[in-house]
Amino acid sequence: MAKRIDARNLNIYYGKFLAVADVDFTIAPRSVTAFIGPSGCGKSTVLRTINRMHEVIAGATVQGELLLDGEDIYGADVDPVNVRRTIGMVFQRPNPFPTMSIYDNVAAGLKLQSSRMKRSDLDVVVEKSLRAANLWDEVKDRLAKPGAGLSGGQQQRLCIARAIAVEPQVLLMDEPCSALDPISTLAIEDLIQSLKQKYTIVIVTHNMQQAARVSERTAFFNLAGVGKPGQLVEIDETQKIFSNPTEKATEDYISGRFG
Amino acid sequence: MDRTPSDTGTARLADPPERSRPAAAGSQPADRHAHAPVIGSSQPAAIPSDDEPVFGAGTLGGRVGPARFADRVLAGLSSGAGAFLVLLIGLVTVFLVIRALPAITADKSNFLTARTWDVGGDTPDFGVLPLLWVTVLISLVAMVLAVPVAIGIALFISQYAPARVARPVAYVIDLLAAIPSIIYGVWGIAVLAPKIQPVADWLSRHAGWIPLFKDYNVKGGTIFTGGVVLAVMILPIITAIGRDVFERTPRANIEAAWALGATHWEVIRLAVLPYGRPGLVSGAMLGLGRALGETIAITLILSKVSNAGAFSFSIFNGGETFASKIANNAAEFNSPAQTGAYIAAGLVLFVLTFAVNAAARWVVNRRKEFA
Repeated sequence: MAKRIDARNLNIYYGKFLAVADVDFTIAPRSVTAFIGPSGCGKSTVLRTINRMHEVIAGATVQGELLLDGEDIYGADVDPVNVRRTIGMVFQRPNPFPTMSIYDNVAAGLKLQSSRMKRSDLDVVVEKSLRAANLWDEVKDRLAKPGAGLSGGQQQRLCIARAIAVEPQVLLMDEPCSALDPISTLAIEDLIQSLKQKYTIVIVTHNMQQAARVSERTAFFNLAGVGKPGQLVEIDETQKIFSNPTEKATEDYISGRFG
Repeated sequence: MDRTPSDTGTARLADPPERSRPAAAGSQPADRHAHAPVIGSSQPAAIPSDDEPVFGAGTLGGRVGPARFADRVLAGLSSGAGAFLVLLIGLVTVFLVIRALPAITADKSNFLTARTWDVGGDTPDFGVLPLLWVTVLISLVAMVLAVPVAIGIALFISQYAPARVARPVAYVIDLLAAIPSIIYGVWGIAVLAPKIQPVADWLSRHAGWIPLFKDYNVKGGTIFTGGVVLAVMILPIITAIGRDVFERTPRANIEAAWALGATHWEVIRLAVLPYGRPGLVSGAMLGLGRALGETIAITLILSKVSNAGAFSFSIFNGGETFASKIANNAAEFNSPAQTGAYIAAGLVLFVLTFAVNAAARWVVNRRKEFA
């Protein structure tokens, strides 16, 4: 079920402003790819183009091709709603629906897709998703309680459960641990390791140790210069990026010389 | 700044140099100027050094500065304003009860359930049931019409319309609130009533077997007409509050819904409406409060009916609300007993409004842990 992602000549705009230029990459199915780079270099912007969340912002557009197993998700006959059901997303700050219970949060996406789902079927998927998100044991006795009442780390795992409940093919994570403490971060990282058996995962992170820990491949983004668009400097095996990168800019960033 | 041990703490606490509390009590303006940067001058701003401690540095005790005095004044003023409001409501209640009680005790019939209104003679005989019914019915008609429209407009302005459309629409809606209610009354009875009479006729012809739509041969000045006018009058307040709460929906919640593959309507249903619900209830209650108490427009619109015909379940009948009853008979306030009867009616309206607001609070608080 996991799918491959290819970006070809991707140019991303906010109105007339070219935010990220000329991005090419291939992401293999069932792998974890980390996007790293200094703030404002466009890595989150690229991530958000992968599930067409980018265009939720007024005036934002994309040129070039973004292929999901060869199918252009920006094709004329593609409904962005379907794209987002296929490609799930987890955000920087945990954002469970505050008015919903834990159960309803996990079931929210399913109810969108098939409003007439039987309660017993729903129960099964909710439990499965919460187990996959390593949250079941902590919340199984209080599924009817509000999701917003959980700790930050639990909320983030709840959001992951919500995202995987609809069985997406790709999971995008936009700095999923930046608002969490180290123990919760560890829990999420372990979770990423188990989720990659099933999903293609792309994770944006500011934490280079995290990128080194969880990903197989790493993409380094950087600004081409002050006032110039962001660009993909290089993408390679994580081990190579962190030990022997091809580009000087990557080495400078990794070694902490800037950024 | 490298502080030597002798520079810190003890020495200064014991014997603060004069300059260490320039702002204290505001008594030495000249001294304060010595530290403040002078705008436009070439003199560099005083850099705090160990020799010249600024505001309070190193001193924990001492006098309370002017900033904290202002704090206390503000706290006092705002608590005073709050207390004043509570006192005012209390006094109104006391006034209503004191003036109403003698009339209620002198009443021959049951004050709450009687349908007559005869307060002129020596033995007053009156009850508020028809007034209560008409007041509630006309306000319900207004709410049923206004709330869905207000939610629709608020969603349009906050979620769908581009800014250059949303702004003028919001402005026009706000303008509706600025129209005096006497204008609404005149417009309602002279312009609107004949226009919507065919709707009323059609409904009572086809659904007249439902008591709510039964024809009582009242033309124009019906509860229905009054309800429509009230709906227009309360539309702006509900819309404004709805728009406000919808616009405050956290971006994170909206994006969460988008990312799950929600359509625009589903985003609204998942993120915007649940978040706005308590605010929307408050807005609706403000509107209802206005509808229950609206006087002059309703007095102009509603046809009075004889006591016998006053009580029906139909929205196509006339009648009187608490407020219009009192307004219609303001000329009769010539004895305390007579006036007391109307004040008693006002007391019921007061209690009704309170009960409605309490019910709304309860609805909002019931799911507080989910807010």
